[in-house]
Amino acid sequence: MFDFSNVTIWFDALLRQTLGLGDFWSILIECILVGVLILAGYAILAICLIFMERKVCAYFQCRLGPMRVGPWGIFQVFADVLKMLIKEIFTVDKADKLLYFVAPFLVIIASVGTFSFLPWNNGAEVLNFNVGVFLLTAVSSIGVVGIFLAGWASNNKYSVVSAMRGAVQLISYEMSLGLCLITAVILTGTMQVSGIVEAQVGPWNWLIFKGHVPAIIAFLVFLVAGNAEANRGPFDLAEAESELTAGYHTEYSGMGFGFYYLAEYLNLFVVSGIATTVFLGGWAPVNIGIEGFDGIMNLIPGIVWFLGKTFAVVWLLMWVRWTFPRLRIDQILKLEWKYLMPLCLINLVLMTIIVAFGWHF
Amino acid sequence: MKLNNIELTFENFANEMAKLKNEKHFDYLVTIIGEDFGEEGLGCIYILENTQNNERCSVRTIAKKVDGSDVIPTVTNLWKAADLLEREVFDFVGIKFLGHPDMRRLFLRTDFVGHPLRKDFDMSPEANKFPLTDEPEDDFTVEYSLDKDGHLVETKHRLFEEDEYVVNIGPNHPSTHGVLRLQTVIDGETVKRIYPHLGYIHRGIEKMWEGMTYPQTLALTDRLNYLSAMMHRHALVGVIEEAMGIELSDRIRYIRTIMDELQRIDSHLLFLGCTAQDLGALTAFLYCMRDREHVLNVMEETTGGRLIMNYYRIGGLQADIDPNFVDNTKKLCKYLRPKIQEYLDVFGDNVITHKRLEGVGPMDKENCINYAVTGPAGRAAGWKNDTRKRHPYDCYDKVNWEEITMTGCDSMDRYYVHIKELYQSLDIIEQLIDNIPEGEYYIKQKPIIKVPEGQWYFSVEGASGEFGVYLDSRGDKSPYRMKMRPMGLTLAGALDPMLRGQKIADLITTGAAIDFVIPDLDR
Repeated sequence: MFDFSNVTIWFDALLRQTLGLGDFWSILIECILVGVLILAGYAILAICLIFMERKVCAYFQCRLGPMRVGPWGIFQVFADVLKMLIKEIFTVDKADKLLYFVAPFLVIIASVGTFSFLPWNNGAEVLNFNVGVFLLTAVSSIGVVGIFLAGWASNNKYSVVSAMRGAVQLISYEMSLGLCLITAVILTGTMQVSGIVEAQVGPWNWLIFKGHVPAIIAFLVFLVAGNAEANRGPFDLAEAESELTAGYHTEYSGMGFGFYYLAEYLNLFVVSGIATTVFLGGWAPVNIGIEGFDGIMNLIPGIVWFLGKTFAVVWLLMWVRWTFPRLRIDQILKLEWKYLMPLCLINLVLMTIIVAFGWHF
Repeated sequence: MKLNNIELTFENFANEMAKLKNEKHFDYLVTIIGEDFGEEGLGCIYILENTQNNERCSVRTIAKKVDGSDVIPTVTNLWKAADLLEREVFDFVGIKFLGHPDMRRLFLRTDFVGHPLRKDFDMSPEANKFPLTDEPEDDFTVEYSLDKDGHLVETKHRLFEEDEYVVNIGPNHPSTHGVLRLQTVIDGETVKRIYPHLGYIHRGIEKMWEGMTYPQTLALTDRLNYLSAMMHRHALVGVIEEAMGIELSDRIRYIRTIMDELQRIDSHLLFLGCTAQDLGALTAFLYCMRDREHVLNVMEETTGGRLIMNYYRIGGLQADIDPNFVDNTKKLCKYLRPKIQEYLDVFGDNVITHKRLEGVGPMDKENCINYAVTGPAGRAAGWKNDTRKRHPYDCYDKVNWEEITMTGCDSMDRYYVHIKELYQSLDIIEQLIDNIPEGEYYIKQKPIIKVPEGQWYFSVEGASGEFGVYLDSRGDKSPYRMKMRPMGLTLAGALDPMLRGQKIADLITTGAAIDFVIPDLDR
């Protein structure tokens, strides 16, 4: 398979040896380049996801979705972004101005931060620490602060209720999310994102196959908890437009609102991306142990595999989003603390036993 | 029904009313009509119903003058539904109800001067300038009572405690189905108390009617609950026709029944959709809207309208049915039956829906009667309150149908009652559609319609409860006083007892499940 690290090593050599730049300059240039790429990827994916959501939900609802701007409405999202960029940004009277302006950035930082952990291809991991999964959950929890601050600083009663809901929900579901990831870590024996993916290369090596029962349970719980983390229906009760108008971002306009909007869609992608990475093999192609078939599959680039699987999971989550009604706050907490978390703990023990006795494939 | 009022005086009013309720079992307070009787002074007419044998009676009492105010003892201790009804009378006519715990205005602004339904109210534009200030908000409400010397005394009650967290759900809110403002005291997520504030879309229709000829009055009913346009119009033409003694042809009766049921299907479909949407299931909402189009298409072909139908008129119908009406209606019935199952598949039978609706906004049968919660909401508690059965009109006593009641007393059963009533409406239509008799679609009336003297009340079953119109005629070409019994007013009054101790999300759910529409409630 194509190893993207060839490109990065070549580029590093280009800067250091051919151009003779020192440590400082080459690292600076590389960091800027990677940052720009991440942000560009973030923006492009956001546009794709927003468009996808509109079309997918439209078809679920016997509608056509946007059709006017460009053929099949493909420029609709660009028009939306333009509108959002030129909108006036204003604050509410007696809002806590500092927190009010900081909050959307916290949300977007958490979102971009977790986004950077995704392994795009063999050798194309951006943040690749040996405690990767651990750090990932840590970074993702910054988002809660953003939501909580937004609700609190808006000086709006709906927003406060929503902030309360958001904080309670996100903190609760992080438990399950973390436990599911740890289940996978036990099976692969590494917390490094690249390590987890590499462990899944090869025939029937995706964790969901390798770990059979506990891995499937962990995968499903991860999708539920991830959906809750991304604040999407049926767990969208922090926004709950029919109860709290728009919840914590009621009072935001222009790009302040835009950041929440972006973060919501990208969190969806990130959750799906992590689910893909950890359980569905990330960029690892489908291998079934028959040489000819595997050879053809291996020809398909890793990024196609990664995006394909991620978007399949995204589609699954959209399906759920546009089918189920919203839960109530007490039901959401009950689901997490009474069912999902105990299930995760039992699952963790089960996985440990299976790994200890080598009962996995 | 022509009203033969039991006349009560101020002194024996409270006792006699208690007797009517407790001994004669008149436990359903249909409505209270505040009226300026001219020479006799201000007074009220109470329409009561016995829920055991569906007997109706009406009670009239003239307010007593005390210290320059007109007073009547309250009946809120007997019928809880009187709470908002008496506030409405106070608002429009200015009668103070002694012992009513919350005697504030209901529809008009708190700083409104005068009581518009009094005959001496100054209607000149100069005296009624549009106010440019915000409506003042008071933390206190008043209760009036008589002291031992017979003087009127005011007692103030606090509405909110100092440290209570008060959220306004509405007037502009996605889930109040119009401009209803529910001032809600919450404790975290739990609802402690709800004060409904009405009148954001109050158009003074009852006052306008007093200056209109009878044919002119018709145009306004379609603007009430625009999902029950036919039923509203039906009640109004019904009361006028009954007062004038017009005999309708069978064709008119058949067509009116079919149209009422089509309208009910339209309204119930929107109900199913809106409930789904209020619970966050937008897909189910759009499924219902998609099928509602077909219903509207069928009605449009005959009436020309999709929302404002303008179809019934005094003495019959505006026009005969379209030649394709029968075929299209049959096609519609065939199309809709399987679709109803689809709504259940996509939303109604979902486990989350059940979790969200079961046990939410509970109200048992006794309270439903006491709070006058009619319509599907009352039937979900087992109260047989369908006007089509209690006081059959048009063809409802000719067709074969069973009144639907359930026993859950909660929002889930309210939802299922709507589902079952959809099937029921389809059944009724299918029984009638093939047998529409030949005949006149309009019984010719005189150019100027005058109604003989007297008082009448006529009610029909609207989509979300009993809708009635009271008519007091003095033999003129315009009514002396007309008053509606809106479907939603008593439902809004029942929100508070239903929701105390429940969650904010349950408020939205219950609001959706009891199905009020604000233009109907505010008039």
